Amino acid sequence: MSNVLIVGELKDGELKKISREITSAGRKIADALGGKVTAVLVGSGVDKFAGDLAAVGADSIVTVNAGDFNAETWASLIAAVIKEKNPSVVLLPHTSQGKDYSPRVAVKVGAGIIADVVGLSVDGGKVVAKKPIYSGKAYGNFKVTSPIAMFTVRPNSQEVVQKAGAGAVETASPAAGDAKVKIVSSDLSGGNKVQLTEASIIVSGGRGIKGPENWPILQGLADVLGAALGASRAAVDAGWIAHSHQVGQTGKTVSPNCYIACGISGAIQHLAGMGSSKYIVAINKDGDAPIFKVATYGVVGDLFEVVPALTDEFKKVLG
Amino acid sequence: MKIIVLVKQVPDTETNIKVGDKSINEAGIKWIISPYDEFAIEEGLRLREKHGGEVIAISLGPDRVQESLRQAYAMGADRAVQIKVDNYVPFDTVLAAELIANFAKSENADIIIGGRQSIDSDSSQVVVQVAEALGIPHVAFAVSLEISGTNVKSTKEVEGGTQVVETSLPVAITAQKGLNEPRYPNLKGLMAAKKKPIESKSPADLGNPASKIEIVGLEPPPPRIPGRKLEAADAKGYAEQLVKALREEAKVI
Ligand SMILES: Cc1cc2nc3c(=O)[nH]c(=O)nc-3n(C[C@H](O)[C@H](O)[C@H](O)COP(=O)(O)OP(=O)(O)OC[C@H]3O[C@@H](n4cnc5c(N)ncnc54)[C@H](O)[C@@H]3O)c2cc1C
Repeated sequence: MSNVLIVGELKDGELKKISREITSAGRKIADALGGKVTAVLVGSGVDKFAGDLAAVGADSIVTVNAGDFNAETWASLIAAVIKEKNPSVVLLPHTSQGKDYSPRVAVKVGAGIIADVVGLSVDGGKVVAKKPIYSGKAYGNFKVTSPIAMFTVRPNSQEVVQKAGAGAVETASPAAGDAKVKIVSSDLSGGNKVQLTEASIIVSGGRGIKGPENWPILQGLADVLGAALGASRAAVDAGWIAHSHQVGQTGKTVSPNCYIACGISGAIQHLAGMGSSKYIVAINKDGDAPIFKVATYGVVGDLFEVVPALTDEFKKVLG
Repeated sequence: MKIIVLVKQVPDTETNIKVGDKSINEAGIKWIISPYDEFAIEEGLRLREKHGGEVIAISLGPDRVQESLRQAYAMGADRAVQIKVDNYVPFDTVLAAELIANFAKSENADIIIGGRQSIDSDSSQVVVQVAEALGIPHVAFAVSLEISGTNVKSTKEVEGGTQVVETSLPVAITAQKGLNEPRYPNLKGLMAAKKKPIESKSPADLGNPASKIEIVGLEPPPPRIPGRKLEAADAKGYAEQLVKALREEAKVI
């Protein structure tokens, strides 16, 4: 039997989109392999999302009660469920939490793992995973040869497909063990309202925005679109915005459906982080800026005029 | 304090990548230390400067990685170890982690520090896998690190902000930008580094772990959706066109 197990993720008590994305992807794989899809949700009050995951293909939902996220304990809980269910394929989110616990899970269950996957297909009874490598300058296709094959999947890379699974709910209570890392305090005030790495739209600013006092111009557009705010390294290094907003080789890798680059030249290290965005809009005064080589829609113009006009226009059509 | 820093050699971002069947064509590639590993080396040196002990730089790969190890020497590492893997696969994280964990065990290391990810594979796996293999705690995406006695206090980046966490040695850390500013090796350091010995270990010395992945093939990136520059008389004209293109053509908003 070739069953698939996916691990979902929540944020502020809501199911993240990536959870549906990988359940759909898991359904497709399970259908090709003739297996079932089990979704695992760890946290408190997670039972209420069973229906959401059943609607996109989960045959069963295993809920595990746990408090706040701790990579070590979550890895133990998830590995225990994997050992019990013995799937041949495990999909996890390539999110900041996923990167924290997935390596431990892989070692605990003796699985090979391919991380940051954007494409999944089945060939000869095995999953073939596609991922960008060398900053997106090449793509690689990989199989995992261990009995359990694990993959972390990049947010926004998989389509959500409505397809009902059986949706049986089951509660598991494996022992988590004591965590060796204690969380002393959290400061969650500095981040984006919309998580950068999972956003489907990003409005990003570079040195061309001239100074920190001008972020409200981009934030205005981001708010209308429900987008996250990104930045180039030049803007971060100038101290205009926190590093957590930086996109690029030494910032975040993002794959939104739409990336709106305002006053960003498009240096190779920036492209390394956003080059796989589906649609790229570039607003730049310099018609020769390298960003136009990757832009789907290029506007050669002053961002201080174009961005506010764009915000107004979207307000009009989006109501 | 015994500190192991991971030094992965990767193609420079500005280098052109030509894909072969199962690996890239290495001719003409300029190799660098993966940028996040430079933060790891720097942090290792600072810990040694404060607490004493030694910094061991290790790298997996063929002989070309010795160049990166010499750079780690030039920055100030005390020892350099090459785990000699001739047909090194940069995406095989479990294999790399097992080799590194077995080496760390043989050295009885107190701290293992690597970058948050390497820029050739972006996996964010190896250091945390090493921690699991050794049964020790880890802190991923560290932006600050303070050690006193065996107590470890670190600030880590998490979704939407930061967290302060506490644990104890031995520990594995992944370095996020912000942890420090890596120093440049100076000329004297570079000259001296040329003469320093590089220890060599074979996979057989370190338990001969088996690979758990298979490369099916590499390919060039998929073609981008063809782009175009919009033409309009003023900002309002651009805005109207963009909104139309994004909603009706791209259908992304
Ligand atoms: C090891 C290393 C790692 C790096 N990592 C990253 C990374 O992670 N992310 C990253 O972004 N960079 C990174 N860089 C830096 C990168 O090389 C560039 O320096 C940086 O991306 C440039 O940022 P920018 O486009 O905002 O600024 P600039 O290159 O200065 O471009 C500003 C642009 O704004 C335009 N402009 C100015 N005024 C206006 C206006 N009124 N309206 C419209 N357009 C205007 C200009 O025409 C110009 O094209 C890295 C570099 C190195 C060496």
